[in-house]
Amino acid sequence: MIKNSKTLIKNGRVIDPANKIDTVLDILIENGKIIEIGNSLTTHHSPLTTIIDASDKIVVPGLIDMHVHLREPGYEYKETIKTGTEAALAGGFTSIACMPNTKPVNDNQSVTDFILDKARKEGVVNVYPVGAITKGLKGEELSEIGELKSAGVVAVTDDGKPVMNSELMRRAMEYASMFDLPVLSHCEDLHLSEGGVMNEGFASTELGLKGIPNTAEDVMTARDIALSELTGARLHIAHVSTRGTVNLIRDAKNRGVKVTCETAPHYFTLTEEGVRGYNTNAKMNPPLRSEDDLKAIRDGLKDGTIDVIATDHAPHEASEKDVEFDKAPFGIVGLETALPLTLKLVEDGVISLNDAISKLTVNPAKILGINKGTLSVGSDADITIINPEEVWQINVKKFKSKGKNSPFNGWNVKGMVNTVIINGVKQI
Amino acid sequence: MINKLKSKDLIGTKDLSPEEILLILDTAESMKEISSRDIKKVPALRGKTIINLFYESSTRTRTSFEIAGKRLSADVVNISVSTSSVVKGETLKDTAKNLEAMNPDAVVIRHSSSGAPDFISKILKCPVINAGDGAHEHPTQALLDLFTIREKKKELKGLKVSIIGDIAHSRVARSNIYAMNKMGMDVTVSGPSTLIPVDIEKMGVKISTDVKKAIEGADVIIMLRIQLERQEKGLFPSIREYSRLFGLNTEKLKNAKEDVIIMHPGPMNRGVEISADVADGQYSLILDQVTNGVAVRMAILHLLTGGA
Repeated sequence: MIKNSKTLIKNGRVIDPANKIDTVLDILIENGKIIEIGNSLTTHHSPLTTIIDASDKIVVPGLIDMHVHLREPGYEYKETIKTGTEAALAGGFTSIACMPNTKPVNDNQSVTDFILDKARKEGVVNVYPVGAITKGLKGEELSEIGELKSAGVVAVTDDGKPVMNSELMRRAMEYASMFDLPVLSHCEDLHLSEGGVMNEGFASTELGLKGIPNTAEDVMTARDIALSELTGARLHIAHVSTRGTVNLIRDAKNRGVKVTCETAPHYFTLTEEGVRGYNTNAKMNPPLRSEDDLKAIRDGLKDGTIDVIATDHAPHEASEKDVEFDKAPFGIVGLETALPLTLKLVEDGVISLNDAISKLTVNPAKILGINKGTLSVGSDADITIINPEEVWQINVKKFKSKGKNSPFNGWNVKGMVNTVIINGVKQI
Repeated sequence: MINKLKSKDLIGTKDLSPEEILLILDTAESMKEISSRDIKKVPALRGKTIINLFYESSTRTRTSFEIAGKRLSADVVNISVSTSSVVKGETLKDTAKNLEAMNPDAVVIRHSSSGAPDFISKILKCPVINAGDGAHEHPTQALLDLFTIREKKKELKGLKVSIIGDIAHSRVARSNIYAMNKMGMDVTVSGPSTLIPVDIEKMGVKISTDVKKAIEGADVIIMLRIQLERQEKGLFPSIREYSRLFGLNTEKLKNAKEDVIIMHPGPMNRGVEISADVADGQYSLILDQVTNGVAVRMAILHLLTGGA
C-alpha cells in the first residue's frame, strides 16, 4: 500500500447493518481505515486515489466466517492457511475463525502462535484462531485457556467433538468466562450418534445406513443451555441443524440466557435426500436433516433465533471422499459457495438482505469480540463488493480451496463477489 | 412380454419393475430344469468371465453364484478380500479399476458397506450384481424367496408375508419389501421395536411387535438371523428373552395358517430365532430356497451377461 493513497468506492448500495445504513453512498478509505462515508464524496482528483465504481453493486462490511477448518498444521494435504484464506477471499470473506482440530491440536500458545505467524506471512485474509476447550480435544482436562487467550484466540471449542463430560463442560464455561471467551459447542451426544453416517429417517432406512437422530444434537443443546444458565457463560451453538435445537435456543433466548448460534448454508439448502446415490459430498456432521428441519432452520434465521451463517468449511482430499459412503470422512467445503446460497435465501423471501449481511458480518464479529463487521468511520477498511445480479455456475475445479468436496458443484447461482478490500488494500 | 432387463446392473429390487421380476422368475424356471439334469451344464455363457468379489464371508451365496456361473459354462473367479481394518488395503475404487482392466463380463459383489455395489457399478462397464451390501439390499435373495413362494403357492398377488427379526440391519428384509410390494403382496415386519428401523412404514409395510399377531393369518413367514453383537449394543437384553419373545417354535406356530410356509435366508441360529423342529419341519422351505437360489442366480447371470 502506498502511503497516503486513497481509495474511493462510488455509488454502491452500502449496507452496514451495525449502523442501520442501507442506501447509495460513497466510502473513502485512507491508510487502511474508512475515513469518510457520505454522498458524492470527492478527493479533489488526487492522482493517488483509486476509484472503484460500485454502481448497481452492493457494498458491505467484509464477510466473516466464524467456523472454518484450515487444516494447518498437520493436514496440509487437505488445506493450508494459504489456500484456505485464498478460498475465503474468493468467497468474499475478509475474516475467518479457524477451528482447533489440527495436528497438533490448537490447545496451547505455540500452536496459536504458529497459526497467527503463518497467517501473517501467507494468509490473505484476517485469521482468528479458536482454541481447544480440552487438551488434545480429548474431553478430559482443560486446555490452558488463559494462555490461549493471551496468545490471541477469540473463542474455545472442541469442535468436531462434544465435551461429553458435563462437569468438565461446566468448568470450561466458568473458566472461559473469566477471559470473556465464548464457548462454541459442537452439540452431539456420542452415544446417540455412535456409528451414524447420515440423518436418521426414511432415507437412512431405505439406504441401509446407520442414522444419527436429531435427538443426538438436541439433548446436548439442552444440556449446554442449562450449563450456560448455571454458569452465566457465553454459549454459542455451532452448526445448528434440527428443529428441536432451534426451539431450545429460541426458548433460552426468551429467558435471557446468553446463547447465540449459527447454521451453515447446507442446512438451509439441502435435506437428507441429498445423500441418495450414496453421495459422500452430502456427508457432514451434523448430517443433512429432514424437510421439516430445513423449514425450522429457515424460520430460525427469519426470526433471529439463528444469529450467524457460518460455513463449517471442512476440506478433504478428493480420494478420501471417493470411497464407500460409511468410510468417507464428514464435512464439505463452504467458503466459496456461502454467499450465493445466502443470497438465494434473500431471493426466496426468507430473510432480508440486511439480515443476511448481519449474519455474515456484525453478528459473528460481536460474538467473537473482534473489531470488524462494520463500515463505521475509523474502522478497518475490510469491504466486500457484491454484484447481486451476476449469474454463474459453481465449479469445484475453479475453487481456490484444495478441497473440492462440495454438493453444490454444477449449481447455477446468483450473486458474485466483485471486489474485496482488506485493511484498505484491494485484494480482488 | 419383455425379454431383457433395462439396467446394466442388479443393485436392488427397488429398481426392478414387476415385469422384470416376472422375467427373472420365469427364466429361473427353465434354469431349474437344467439343474435337475444328469449333465448340469449348458453352453450359454461359454467364454464369459464372472468375478465373485466377496468382502464379507459367505458360504451359501458365493457357492450359489459360483455353481450358477459354472452351470452356464462361464469361467468363475472368486476373490475373497479380508476387511480387516488393521491392514489398510487397496481402495474399493482401485480394486474396481483393476478388475475393469481385466475385462470381466460380470462382477458379483458382497460388501459390508451399503452402497458399495452402486459405487463400483459406476466404474465397471460390465454388469454388477449385488450379492448383499450392508443393510441395504440383497436382491438375489429376495428373488429366490419369491421364486420359492411362487413355486409353492402358484400365485404371488394377495399373499400375506410376515418378516420377523432384526429388520433394522437386514438387507434381505429391504429387498423383499420392495419386491413383494411390486408383486402385490402384503408385508408385515415384526421384531423388537429396537430393531424396527424408523419410518419403515413408509416403505409400505405394516409393523407388529407382537409376533403372535404377525404369525396369525400369514401365508409366508420369513425368519431373519439375529446377531449376538446386537445384544452388546443394547438392542435386546439376552438371547434367552429374544428367543422367548421373537423366536419361532411349534407353540407359536399353532396360531399360523394350515398351509403356512416358513423360510429363512440362512445361516440359521437353531434354537434362537427358529427352533430346530420348525426349521426341519413340514412347513419349512429353507432348503428349497438354497436349491432355487442357484436357478435364480443362473437366470440373473444369463439375463445380464448377454445370453439372449
